[in-house]
Amino acid sequence: MSTVVLLLITGLGLGALYFLVASGLSLIYGLMGVLNFAHGAFLTIAAFIGWEVGRRVSDGTWWGLLLSALVGMIVGAVVAAATEYFLIRRLYERHIEQALITVGLALASVALFEGIWGTDPIYTAKPGWLTQTTEILGAKIPNDRFLLIACAALVLGGIVLFLQKTRYGLIIRAGVESRSMVTALGIDVRRSFTIVFAIGGAAAGLGGVLASVYYGYVSAHLGSVLLIFAFIVTVIGGLGSLTGAAIASVLVAVLQQFANFYLDGTGDFVVIIALAAVLLVRPRGLMGKAA
Amino acid sequence: MSEPILRVSALSGRIAGQQVVEDVSFEVPAVGVTALLGRNGVGKTSTIKSILGLIDRSGEVHLGGTRIDRMPTHRIVAQGVGYVPEDREVFGTLTVAENLRLAERDEQPRRELVQQLFPDIHARRAQRAGTLSGGQQQMVSLARALVNENRLLLVDEPTKGLAPRIVDDVADALAEAARTVPILLVEQNLHVIRKLAERVVVLSGGRVVFTGEASELLDDQDRIQRLLGVHDASDVPAADGHDATGRSAR
Repeated sequence: MSTVVLLLITGLGLGALYFLVASGLSLIYGLMGVLNFAHGAFLTIAAFIGWEVGRRVSDGTWWGLLLSALVGMIVGAVVAAATEYFLIRRLYERHIEQALITVGLALASVALFEGIWGTDPIYTAKPGWLTQTTEILGAKIPNDRFLLIACAALVLGGIVLFLQKTRYGLIIRAGVESRSMVTALGIDVRRSFTIVFAIGGAAAGLGGVLASVYYGYVSAHLGSVLLIFAFIVTVIGGLGSLTGAAIASVLVAVLQQFANFYLDGTGDFVVIIALAAVLLVRPRGLMGKAA
Repeated sequence: MSEPILRVSALSGRIAGQQVVEDVSFEVPAVGVTALLGRNGVGKTSTIKSILGLIDRSGEVHLGGTRIDRMPTHRIVAQGVGYVPEDREVFGTLTVAENLRLAERDEQPRRELVQQLFPDIHARRAQRAGTLSGGQQQMVSLARALVNENRLLLVDEPTKGLAPRIVDDVADALAEAARTVPILLVEQNLHVIRKLAERVVVLSGGRVVFTGEASELLDDQDRIQRLLGVHDASDVPAADGHDATGRSAR
């Protein structure tokens, strides 16, 4: 029983991390049709700069971590918005060029990060409570998982509120259905593209800082590793569906944890099998639009 | 005649590199309904989309003296052009109220007028638009265009696929709208055209082949047959189950 509880809650924690990356990917694809391979770079640079600021102000404390998270979100949002404004904006509807430029950006940024921070992981300090465990139904749960779950829930709630209660949220929801019709109502939909990139970048930035807490280090490849699973989650949840991304994040991470424990560390393999099964049986994903 | 509200000169349109509108020129008067007619696939919808900049186009389009063909779509619409697209294109996951709120551009949108014209959809304002019937969705689409004070309405096949009773409701709503705003109407149903249009522009092969008073075309069976491909106006069923003159085909 305690093992199941442990796997479930740690799976939820990992799913929270996947969701922070996948939420932006899903929104960006849903509204703009852009498969953003550079999304991992937003996460990595946010993690590095967040860590740099946090450790200089107050290393290994809650204050330092909070500052890292805030800086990470801002950096993620700014870098993502700049990427949309300077690179992607000229390439809407040109999917091959978009893929090439975002893949190129992802590769170049990893090289840049390695040049600045080196190729080895840099181990990070975190507040004492996050290094401890809490016992639930006999299972000793690492406390950092609770932080991840709480942050992802806040981000999900914040994005849902933004989408439901603001004019831009309304435009984005409509744009996911039909961008051209939004334009035909007299709305400059491109403005909302930048906002969506910024929101996605902020979530990825927070994900980057929390990933450094989860893994205990920052590295130039942090974003690349998480991006693969975020893409899987986005496809399984249904491209463009935020709710789908949230559900799929939890399903994939929990499945991964159980497979790793009960099937000799085959979690990644089982996730790929799950992706293949979804693509064969329900290509639009759990909650994606029918083609 | 007063200055036209819309002047289209040598307009050509392309979709995926293929020419779908070729050197089209016509004018829309500042009052009443002008019908844009032609057989299926001659480029009526593409002409409307070219005017709005929704597809690649060349040529000149003037709205009340302002050249709009170099503007992006959202700025053309902001000049006072309302658009009711073919197949309605309501946002299915949004509620009726959200569909209307999204369309509001004016500082004082005409919510009361919309409520008065479409009481049924007002009653369903909290319902998701995707769950409405085709006729109700068409009303939402029309309401989105009428909620602002426009200088011109571009209405594309508003009665397509609708039941006969709903066709009459849509025609009535358009007649009401036409009292205050000129309309360029793409329509297949000659019954509706007879009811609404004062002038007609007929396209064939992507070009304008006839322009004139509606009666000049509609009272000439040979011309209807030649230009619209209707053998006899009384025995060609329209999509809604009416024949081309408006009588039931069932």
